[in-house]
Amino acid sequence: MHFFDSLVNNFTKTFITESRYKLFLSGLEYTIIIAICSIIIGFLIGLFVAIMKVYYFQHKPTGKHGKLIHFLLGILNKILTIYTTVIRGTPTVVQLLITYYIIFASSSNDLLIAIFAFGVNSGAYMSEIFRAGILAVDKGQTEAGRSLGLSHFSTMLNIILPQAFKNILPALGNEIITILKETSVAGYVALADLTKAGSYVRSRTYEPYFSLLSIAGVYLIIVMGIAAVFEKIERRLAKSDRN
Amino acid sequence: MIEIKNLNKTFDGKLFVLNGITETIEKGEKTVIIGPSGSGKSTLLRCINLLETPTSGQIFFEGKDIVSTGKGINKIRQQMGMVFQHFNLFPHFTILQNISFAPIKLGLQTKAEAQENAMRLLKRIGLTEKANSYPNMLSGGQKQRIAIIRSLAMNPKVMLFDEPTSALDPEMVGEVLNLMRELANEGMTMVVVTHEMNFAREVGTRVLFMDEGRIVEQNTPHELFSNPQNTRTKDFLSKIL
Repeated sequence: MHFFDSLVNNFTKTFITESRYKLFLSGLEYTIIIAICSIIIGFLIGLFVAIMKVYYFQHKPTGKHGKLIHFLLGILNKILTIYTTVIRGTPTVVQLLITYYIIFASSSNDLLIAIFAFGVNSGAYMSEIFRAGILAVDKGQTEAGRSLGLSHFSTMLNIILPQAFKNILPALGNEIITILKETSVAGYVALADLTKAGSYVRSRTYEPYFSLLSIAGVYLIIVMGIAAVFEKIERRLAKSDRN
Repeated sequence: MIEIKNLNKTFDGKLFVLNGITETIEKGEKTVIIGPSGSGKSTLLRCINLLETPTSGQIFFEGKDIVSTGKGINKIRQQMGMVFQHFNLFPHFTILQNISFAPIKLGLQTKAEAQENAMRLLKRIGLTEKANSYPNMLSGGQKQRIAIIRSLAMNPKVMLFDEPTSALDPEMVGEVLNLMRELANEGMTMVVVTHEMNFAREVGTRVLFMDEGRIVEQNTPHELFSNPQNTRTKDFLSKIL
């Protein structure tokens, strides 16, 4: 009975005393907000970077301002390459700290800073995922779209991206799961996310089991949810594959 | 209708694919381009709608220079249908969407008009029941016929065919050629790159023989096939006929 008693006691200490479960809930809220916002930002950055990189390589300097446009695209492409190299070449925590202590040193909106840092980080990875997806679509698709008179943009948006998106779904799901888990370092910049909430409670209770295992469980459940959603989308998009 | 002047195309400044092509294609003509692989016939065809950018030279479509036209090429391409060796239907669209997408997107027809037109074209090739299928569910011959009417849905002034039967199983070739024959009989201007010599003989008004990036010889099909002048043409024809 002694074991059972201490179990109940630890559970009470971790969750009930001083309404500590509220800390976990508010931590979870932060984690979800940071994850969703940075995924959206990362998605948009990634899409833009991938499209511009592919566009540069396909662009032919024809027409009136062709040479100038090609030159400018080249400069943009260099900048984007530096971006992906730096982001992928440095740890996420270090990027977060640099964003907090250097880039936005004068700002006190910790949440926005974290969202910015994680979003910019994710954008670099997503750009490579999108680029791979776009390049995997047969060149004939672009030619068919363009030969019908569709613009480059319209062909990309309506013909290439939907097919690319289908190809990269598994990788995209992976990246989203990664982001969710990486937000667990947000505590470094004083954000009370789920992991930080667990640390805080632990520092009061000196009892690691419940706080750590419960937050691990929460992450796991969310990740399983994301995976299930992606499986569903994949199955729906496979409609045109049946023959 | 199409005027090509001193067209050159090199890849990476080394590989000379087209060497000073000058040629005129009149309205209503059915020009068939034949020649060994690597002779530049596909490249020439793809230059006509600027899928390939010429290294130098000019191409006029109804008097307009298309090489220096920049963004204006989209408008010109709407008037030139192109049929590819590998069909290039859009796999994520249904057949109906494949045919009606461009006319709707480009604002040429309303959705209802475009779909009605698409159904009319499908009826013509006897594939109305496939309207809501996806391309993957179709045979090669069906795909290529859909690809042809997808181009027709734009009401093009000229149709370019890039080896339209080369990727087909032998028993599918006939149905595609029949559709092309019909188009020809209706007076469509056609430029066809093909290895189907019977088709060239029967439908073509003029046959161009290309080799090493040049138009080596051209004539009416009857003359070119029965009485070739150039040794390379003779050599090529003796191998394939």
